[in-house]
Amino acid sequence: MQYMIMTYEEPAAFEARTDTHKSQAYWGAWAAYAQTLQESGVMVGGSGLQPPHAGTTLRLQNGQRQIQDGPYADTKEQLGGYFVIEVPDLDSALDWAARCPAAAGGAVEVRPVLVMG
Amino acid sequence: MVNPSQTVEFVARTSYGRLVAYLAVRSRDLTAAEDALGDAFRAALETWPRDGVPHKPEAWLLAVARRRLIDEARRARVRADAAPALWQLAEQAQADSERDAFPDDRLKLLFICAHPAIAAGARTPLMLQTVLGLDAVRIAGAFLVAPAAMGQRLVRAKAKIRDAGIAFAVPDQRELPARLGSVMEAIYAAYGTGWEDMAGTDPRRRGLAAEAIWLSRVLVGLMPEVPEARGLLALMLHCEARRGARRTPGGAYVPLLEQDVTLWSQPMLAEAEQELARAATHRSIGRYQLEAAIQSVHAQRAVTGRTDWQAVALLYEHLVALTPALGAQVSRAAALAQVSGPAAGLAALEAVAPELTVTYQPYWAVRAHLLARLDRRAEAQDAYIRAIGLSEDAHVRQFLVKKLASVAGSEAAPPRYIPR
Repeated sequence: MQYMIMTYEEPAAFEARTDTHKSQAYWGAWAAYAQTLQESGVMVGGSGLQPPHAGTTLRLQNGQRQIQDGPYADTKEQLGGYFVIEVPDLDSALDWAARCPAAAGGAVEVRPVLVMG
Repeated sequence: MVNPSQTVEFVARTSYGRLVAYLAVRSRDLTAAEDALGDAFRAALETWPRDGVPHKPEAWLLAVARRRLIDEARRARVRADAAPALWQLAEQAQADSERDAFPDDRLKLLFICAHPAIAAGARTPLMLQTVLGLDAVRIAGAFLVAPAAMGQRLVRAKAKIRDAGIAFAVPDQRELPARLGSVMEAIYAAYGTGWEDMAGTDPRRRGLAAEAIWLSRVLVGLMPEVPEARGLLALMLHCEARRGARRTPGGAYVPLLEQDVTLWSQPMLAEAEQELARAATHRSIGRYQLEAAIQSVHAQRAVTGRTDWQAVALLYEHLVALTPALGAQVSRAAALAQVSGPAAGLAALEAVAPELTVTYQPYWAVRAHLLARLDRRAEAQDAYIRAIGLSEDAHVRQFLVKKLASVAGSEAAPPRYIPR
């Protein structure tokens, strides 16, 4: 089954990305995680995302575009990236989610990918 | 004056398993027994603060649970097969609850929970729920499973026990060793922390360590003549004794060999040694005694200031010969490296079947460490990256990231994680 692992990170984690003292540990952990998914043969795809302030949210109201600066959800933890993995069941997907650097401090959502047709 | 709700909690803590076991063994229906007892505890929380704590709290609870089972039997009259058993139970419970002591059937309950006909993934959770009274949400959290899925797993297991007619009994001599093995496995799974400290601790089940030790004491109390039961208790006590030394005050991970021995719990170590010594008098070695003996050698460092690696390596030799579990093989390689050097350790590591090691974090952590000692930097980096990627514990991850940086030196490009 395919599952999407959505990684929600705290503000401190987004800051760590560019902090001189913390960025090596931050990127090291993520690089290792992605490489391990790859080498374990479970990776289907995924991407990291720019920080939430780079997001733009759009709604159509009466046919008019309402454009808002910033991410859709106003929560402390924000979506920082996602992976799609192929594993036999939810328990295996949760095993991988637990190894994700965002699981400590932030949160990780695991959702089955919808199979169409 | 004792707070009544504290009394309810205390009775729940100390007697829940005995009460459920008593009711389940007689009703042959674990779910009905739990429901009836649950109602009895709820009634206690309502009435004890008002009317005072009864003279014999357990007898009181049993009497309420019995009434509930009678109601259940009346309602189940259409189900002719179940009703007589419930009536009989209700009558017997009445008689037993009036006596001072009622029989302790927890051992039967432990054996039921670890029955091979029950799905392997449900055995430990079932024990925690029925013998210790933990709820499904707590258990699900500890096993990293969605609560609804864990609830379902437990319901299915209990239905299986009832519908398949699994006997509520201690198995006979022929079957006993294997069944006892699965009881101990389930208890150890509840403890869960990898005892190969050098690789770090598995945080998933850390919250259940105290419960696992509790279960283990119950088992030793019920089967005092089984040396492996004492070995298991000794093993968990050894690991538990080091809890305070595993992290710096700031939370950073401290590997076993760098731990401050003054932070180890001396009372726990003493109890562990005592259990191991009592187990040894039976002169029947087993997996848990060997593992406890290995931890005992490590514990000696608190006295002698050094680790007898020859002894550790020898004990691992025996352990691998007895049960070639992946954890034992990796730890044996690590011990061998201490005795005969990193090349020997690496050779032992490379003898492990590669398909087993793909997602086994300790393998990659030990491999990285040995490659670094051999100054095979590029390979060490790869292994560190894999170990980091497989780590669940943020502090262990940080520890390994630092190690990676130390072998990578300055020439390494900063990594980026965007996969293609």
